[in-house]
Amino acid sequence: MSRSSNPYQDDRGNKDRSITREGKGEVDSTRKSGSTRPAPGGPFLAAENMTGGYGAADILHDCTLTVEQGQIAVIVGPNGAGKSTAMKAVFGMLNLRGGHVKLDGEDISELTPQDRVARGMGFVPQTHNVFPSMSVEENLEMGAFIRTDDFKGTMEQVYDLFPILKEKRRQPAGELSGGQRQQVAVGRALMTRPKLLMLDEPTAGVSPIVMDELFDRIIEVARTGISILMVEQNARQALEIADRGYVLVQGANRYTDTGEALLADPEVRRTFLGG
Amino acid sequence: MDLLNAIVALLNFVVIPATAYGAQLALGALGVTLIYGILRFSNFAHGDTMAFGTAMVILFTWLFQSMGIHLGPLPTALLALPFGIAATAALVLGTDRAVYRFYRKQKAAPVILVIVSMGVMFVMNGVTRFIIGVGEIRFDDGARFVINAGEFKKSTGLAEGLAFRSTQALTIVTAILVVAALFWFLNRTRTGKSMRAYSDNEDLALLSGISPEKVVAVTWTISAALAVIAGTLYGLDKSFKAFNYFQLLLPIFASAIVGGLGSPLGAIAGGFVVAFSEVSITYAWKKVATYVLPESLAPDGLMQLLSTDYKFAVSFAILIIVLLFKPTGLFKGKSV
Repeated sequence: MSRSSNPYQDDRGNKDRSITREGKGEVDSTRKSGSTRPAPGGPFLAAENMTGGYGAADILHDCTLTVEQGQIAVIVGPNGAGKSTAMKAVFGMLNLRGGHVKLDGEDISELTPQDRVARGMGFVPQTHNVFPSMSVEENLEMGAFIRTDDFKGTMEQVYDLFPILKEKRRQPAGELSGGQRQQVAVGRALMTRPKLLMLDEPTAGVSPIVMDELFDRIIEVARTGISILMVEQNARQALEIADRGYVLVQGANRYTDTGEALLADPEVRRTFLGG
Repeated sequence: MDLLNAIVALLNFVVIPATAYGAQLALGALGVTLIYGILRFSNFAHGDTMAFGTAMVILFTWLFQSMGIHLGPLPTALLALPFGIAATAALVLGTDRAVYRFYRKQKAAPVILVIVSMGVMFVMNGVTRFIIGVGEIRFDDGARFVINAGEFKKSTGLAEGLAFRSTQALTIVTAILVVAALFWFLNRTRTGKSMRAYSDNEDLALLSGISPEKVVAVTWTISAALAVIAGTLYGLDKSFKAFNYFQLLLPIFASAIVGGLGSPLGAIAGGFVVAFSEVSITYAWKKVATYVLPESLAPDGLMQLLSTDYKFAVSFAILIIVLLFKPTGLFKGKSV
């Protein structure tokens, strides 16, 4: 908590775990949403000309990301290119100085992340994406917290997609393996029945076999009509399943094309895919 | 050797008092552990929340007594309890609105909230003494004993008497009911689960549509209710004195930490560990030893390890031993 200049956040190095507990949230829960405007036409998700960052310095420079309905868009790029930041910007966790985010014919640039969830965005953070002390089933229930209708059907669909979760549904999510945890995280996000699912490095820290398996599941999710926006370290495998690929460098679009075309582009291969 | 008398003496002087005291500590520690788990700081004002709540219960008890309302064999305070809880919850929620919310908005470091809670502690301490005074107040009425020592001796013919006071019985029964209700609430209801989710991961809870302000309000209300119940039971069992509750803060924190901060189950276990250690270390074992040991080995001294004046040292010692050897407590708490 040292990044900020707010004196209330300065604990002067006191880390006495017997009186205080770390892990406070970072999302400002007191912020209120602004209004939305109808913005018909264009792609299903259109995050255009996004410029902004966490503090004074901009991280994103005129960055544009679009996804069509039921398609998979993948953001790749070197470390520190602003991939995760771009995704957070789409989700409203970043103050944008310029640009806008449109979802399903509506300009949602002024909405808070929690209100974007209600509008049909599902977000799976890279880390801390499950409730570790709660059982798998409770994790899914919490995912459906905003729903007032019966979500048993959606839960069955999630169990069909990830059969291992049904087996482990009484086990605390924190005790699962990395790959299983990612499945819980994706399942939790699917419980709201999102129209757009955003995944921040879903295969980080899992074995290659589990990675292939997860990519297969992600394709299955996309086939049900859910659009997917994904940040990936494993650029080659991710671009293979991508309908659209974005190569980001220093917070700006460098190459944008279909996944296939990017894989075939000698320039992209040489600079980003290691030959 | 007289085993039966030894057992009765042990029950009378150690087991029953320690169980009642342990139940009171457990209820107090549950409140502390809830605040720690969900709001992420140690609430030093908990002891004085107990004092304020008990003071409110006493005022309502007096009101009911003056109106001629009684509960028969049960203490009138039981009837006043819901009103005391309501008044205390209002105070605590008001404090949250006026004080803690500001720091929550700032995303203040937890250690700052601890210091803030200390400030709240001193204010509550003063308010309580201002309202009800600093003297000792006894407010238990109704039946005094479930088992009377004299009658027990007469009917069993044993040399040792066994007294089981009704306030002790009440304490144990209430504690069991409250703990069962709390666990049901946290594990089975939607609101309870949302509190656990918020405790696990604030951001993910927010993004799942759980309202942080609602979770915070419910947490304060429950912890206030636990504080008032624990405080009232303690006051019925011993007596009410505003300053005693301030001192009770140490064994309560010891219980919560011994059990594992943030773990409700740990708070209960910790309460009994601390209570039994405190009572058995400050108890003069001469009587029990005389019954059990052969005459030649009968002790001359009192066989008391520590004078009761030092009972808080026991909490301190347990606290330090646990922090040294098992910093997460007996049950895996959230402290690491």
